[in-house]
Amino acid sequence: MLELLDSHYNYVAVMLLLGIGLYMLIESRNLVKKVIGMNVFQTGIFLFFITLAFRAGGSPPIIEDGGGPYVSPLPHVLILTAIVVGVSLTAVALALLIRIYTEYGTLDEDKLKQLYYD
Amino acid sequence: MIDHLPVLLVVLPILGGAVPLVVSLLHERAGWAVATLTVAGQVVLAGLLAWTVETSGTVSYEVGGFAAPYGIELVVDGLSAAVALLVAVVALGVLAYARHAGPRSNSFYSLYLLLVAGLTGMSVTGDVFNLYVFLEITGLAAYGLVASGRDAKSAVAALKYLVIGTVGASLYLLGVGYLLAATGTLNMADLAGKLGSMAAYDSTLVLTAFGLMVGGLTVKVALFPLHTWQPDAYANAPDTVSAFISALVSTVSAYALARLLFSVFTAEFLAAVPVARWALLGLACVSVVAGSALAVSQSSVQRMLAYSSVSQFGLVVAGFTIGTPMAVVGASVHLLGHAVMKGGLFAATGVIERETGATTLNGYAGMGSRVPVTAGAFSVLALAMVGVPPAIGFVGKWYIVFGAVNAEIWPVVVVLLASTLLTLAYFARLVERLYFAEATIHTEERADDAPADAPADATVADGSGRAVSTGMVAVVVAAAVLAVALTATVPAFEQLLNQTLPQLITQ
Repeated sequence: MLELLDSHYNYVAVMLLLGIGLYMLIESRNLVKKVIGMNVFQTGIFLFFITLAFRAGGSPPIIEDGGGPYVSPLPHVLILTAIVVGVSLTAVALALLIRIYTEYGTLDEDKLKQLYYD
Repeated sequence: MIDHLPVLLVVLPILGGAVPLVVSLLHERAGWAVATLTVAGQVVLAGLLAWTVETSGTVSYEVGGFAAPYGIELVVDGLSAAVALLVAVVALGVLAYARHAGPRSNSFYSLYLLLVAGLTGMSVTGDVFNLYVFLEITGLAAYGLVASGRDAKSAVAALKYLVIGTVGASLYLLGVGYLLAATGTLNMADLAGKLGSMAAYDSTLVLTAFGLMVGGLTVKVALFPLHTWQPDAYANAPDTVSAFISALVSTVSAYALARLLFSVFTAEFLAAVPVARWALLGLACVSVVAGSALAVSQSSVQRMLAYSSVSQFGLVVAGFTIGTPMAVVGASVHLLGHAVMKGGLFAATGVIERETGATTLNGYAGMGSRVPVTAGAFSVLALAMVGVPPAIGFVGKWYIVFGAVNAEIWPVVVVLLASTLLTLAYFARLVERLYFAEATIHTEERADDAPADAPADATVADGSGRAVSTGMVAVVVAAAVLAVALTATVPAFEQLLNQTLPQLITQ
């Protein structure tokens, strides 16, 4: 168990981030915290891809004589794209939150529901 | 230029989408004209592409000239060409509706074109990560569009949609990561070759990838129980937007799911791992029944239509998962037909609400004589959705059921046949109210400017200042006509699919 933690701590971190993010997203009543949870969840996925690309003793993928094993640059590129997507999603979410707050004066899901059905 | 058709199809709406924002510095109201020009061009391009596929088979395109497994490939076969054409045509139709119904800001039309770009991208791409990017572009544009309503409720609905939709897309991305770990490639055709040889079909890695990707997409398709974002988003968005996204967003996601089943995991995977097939089939059947049951219990017509989508997409996914050529043709036909019918139905609810103020089942009572043309089109669309021949809804369901009978999956046959009855249960109630019930909303508020017994097309034709324009009614009628007329194209479509789709399960 401890050995697994030692050799695969990245994956443990991925699982923790995914779990914490998803839990915040479902459990938190506060809409801002939901969005933060969403970000944490996505960060877990980013870390997963970066871990995937790691190679012990690998060098940057610039081909030269006797360069030895190269690290695949693909996952990094994918995550760069995914980060951009994540940032735009957060921006849209925050814009919506501002609109909800100015209209209803609250970001609490339960209070919002009460306002809704009155 | 003709060689670059697939990529032009995506580039055109993105470029067009940037124009309204720039033009808004000079002109307040140029957005609609720009969007219409762009989408008209899109229809021409999509038509040309469909014609090319029809005459010379599957088209593939290497973006930027990078060779296929390394670069991004766009692949257009019969199904993707049909979906791309559907996106363009529906987008043009909804624009005719939006001319009068609004929202009219230039930024609305930028988002609109961005959504067209995202949907088209999803339908032509041949790369699983590229699919994720287009999925998110589609999502972002759809969240923005849902929030474009005046009411702040639309912002709450959009936020809910955003959070759930993002989790769905993220799960899909995680699945892509697992596939990348298993095979080291992202190209769909390459993946199909390497799965099964490089990584066993029943290895944990591949199974997890399948679960995550399919699970993520079913959130976007809105299968029960992952549908909770959908009724709020459809009911609280402006009419134009609900007609547009109800017709296309789930449709293209369901197409992506089919693409994943046939072009990435392939029929061999489904045959080798029966549990995956049964799980998806079970989910689809539960969705059919639960969606219908929820639809029956709604009093708001728009929410009822939204739950009806949950059930109809259950049918479509079931058809794709059964996987016999006939079921797949049926699912494809129902996928495209449902888009036309549901878009038309939402557009009709918008017209009826503007004309009479009716939004609920009870409010619809007696409206058949108040808005005869729209109510007539609404009834035709509703009956088409139930599956009354010769409408497109009948053909789709017929093929799916036939496919299930051929595959001898009897429980699914029962569910599919019962679903028709359930669909009838909620639509028949509505049509009955429209024509055979006493009106609950009376005509005083509009009686002064529109004599109730005059033909609707005469009263709406004079246009200016009225709540409903001729264009809006024309869109609803066109959808109703299409819902019947499309039946004639089914044999040609079937032939096209059989020629270009990859090998399906044959039993």
